[in-house]
Amino acid sequence: MSGPSLEKGLAAFREQIDAPVAAFFNSCMHCGMCADACLFYTETKDPTRTPIYKLEPLRKVWQQEYTFWGRSMKALGMSKPVTDEELGQWEELVYDSCTLCGRCSMVCPVGNDIAYMIRKMREGMAAAGHAPDGLIGATKRAVTIGSPMGVKLPALQAQIRHIEEDTGLEIPLDREGVDYMCLLSSMEIMNFPEYTAALAKIFHQAGVTWTISSEAFEATNSGIQIGVSEIAAELVQRIVDAAEKLKVKAVISPECGHAYMAIRWEGPNLVGKPFDFKVVHILEVLDELREQGRLKITGKEMQRLTYHDPCQIARRGGVLEQPRRLLDMIADDFVEMPEAGVMNWCCGAGGGVSSNERADDLRLKVFNRKKEQLDAVQAEGLVSACANCRIHLEEGLEEYHMDLPVLSLTETIAEHLAEDKS
Amino acid sequence: MTETEFLLWVRGPALQIATIVFVLGIVARILQMVMLGRKANLAEARGSALAGGLRTMVTRSVPDKGTFQRSTFTIVSGYIFHIGLFVTIFLFAPHILLVDEVFGLSWPALPTPVVDATAVVTIITLLAVLIHRLKDPVMRFLSGFSDYLVWLVTFLPLLTGYIAFHRIGLSPTMLIALHILSVELLMVLFPFTKLMHTFSLFIARYYNGAIAGYKGVHS
Repeated sequence: MSGPSLEKGLAAFREQIDAPVAAFFNSCMHCGMCADACLFYTETKDPTRTPIYKLEPLRKVWQQEYTFWGRSMKALGMSKPVTDEELGQWEELVYDSCTLCGRCSMVCPVGNDIAYMIRKMREGMAAAGHAPDGLIGATKRAVTIGSPMGVKLPALQAQIRHIEEDTGLEIPLDREGVDYMCLLSSMEIMNFPEYTAALAKIFHQAGVTWTISSEAFEATNSGIQIGVSEIAAELVQRIVDAAEKLKVKAVISPECGHAYMAIRWEGPNLVGKPFDFKVVHILEVLDELREQGRLKITGKEMQRLTYHDPCQIARRGGVLEQPRRLLDMIADDFVEMPEAGVMNWCCGAGGGVSSNERADDLRLKVFNRKKEQLDAVQAEGLVSACANCRIHLEEGLEEYHMDLPVLSLTETIAEHLAEDKS
Repeated sequence: MTETEFLLWVRGPALQIATIVFVLGIVARILQMVMLGRKANLAEARGSALAGGLRTMVTRSVPDKGTFQRSTFTIVSGYIFHIGLFVTIFLFAPHILLVDEVFGLSWPALPTPVVDATAVVTIITLLAVLIHRLKDPVMRFLSGFSDYLVWLVTFLPLLTGYIAFHRIGLSPTMLIALHILSVELLMVLFPFTKLMHTFSLFIARYYNGAIAGYKGVHS
């Protein structure tokens, strides 16, 4: 990220403008419905946080350079070009006030995929030097250390030793020719080692061969969150190299929303070629094992459970039915929150917001949306499948004095595995 | 220029110019949009982009329950004035007669009193829509000159048409000339303003649905 400048930012905008962007901007009638779809507006009532308005500098470049009218006005010197100050003002709207959750993209009556455009706009913002310090730091750590949280291999190895002692099961590192290579988010390595333990237990019972690569264990991709495709591609390439080296059939994306979007949907496009291996989300793997009868469960959770769909796994990722079928196996009293599933409300911390300390107060404020959604069902346990959501959900629940345990779906399944007979 | 000469100009050269600008402008703007293209998706598809795109082109006309509750006025008024515009433009007997004269195409009209009542409802709704735009904090904040211009050029043909039909104020010749002129203003501005959403929204919805459909999601 050497030498950001306004010119580079605007050049990146131009590079990002494609047919969908043109159709989207051209169709917006300023009806304001996207505001009501966005928790950053509904919880602040600040009109500048209207999703489509967050794209105003990008829209200006499109209008001034990609439309007859705009070009004529520009030629006559009658339009104001986008300035560096303007991009500076928009930084807070594009990074702090948007989690790329894509709820606005589901609501817009003319069909604008606003989140698609915010993702693109961040490319120009980063190139112009207007990305939040927190995200810049996380991205630098991801490139130099290999993890946005600065987790190094020895830390992972230490956790693996603990997990092996606790479970009595092997966590295979760098094993060639197995079915699955599992990725982990730094959050899971440091805060939720239970996730890796759960993988070991489930895969042991189901007879699945798997491994973790010592060269590419990090699942998250700060390059995507900040909007620097070159870095995002480099991080994806590490995973591709490791998967090819270990000759695995598939790579499993862990309980992390954006990591799934990054490797499953953006990955091949970032590195410029299709993968030779499959990419699956852990919930897809578990649901497949369930379907094959390889997931033997005993007992059920008796408290009333509900499920929070992580945006990038559900709405933007397409994994919607699997968690519900899995929950059906282990939950005695499962209840859906209003607007659950494809229209679920974001927790407020995705899309790089949680790496951006400046947005800490804001993300807790907008958590009120989640609180109201939760209040409607009076759940006694909140299940999800994203470590980032989980950390923020726990923080939000504490902030709003709600006594509700947050559970990982994978871990909860592991707790209900039937005794191993072998 | 007499009133008759004015009407002849409006119905003759002016209409021809407006039609050319309207048709060529729309085609050019759509090409300008679509020809920007987009990159091929190299990720393995879970669903069909085409099916998702076509599906969202239709389904996006119906909001989900939560959205309907949050944006009730915008949705209901939007439905009313869009249907109202369709009825007054395409199902009014004299308009169909005009199309029949020019293109030899014809279809059944709605009874004139029904169209007349629809026009009144649509005019009132469009006024309400304007007031809403001026009063709603988000809409007022988002709106600029072009939003009000687009509203005005949509409203004028409806208003002049209503006045011409009821022969209020001026001579019938002048009223019909003004009505046609207002339609020409709409046609000339159409390709260069957001009025283009009439067509581009289907392209936008297609892309939205295709992006989601590729991932196996209905958007």
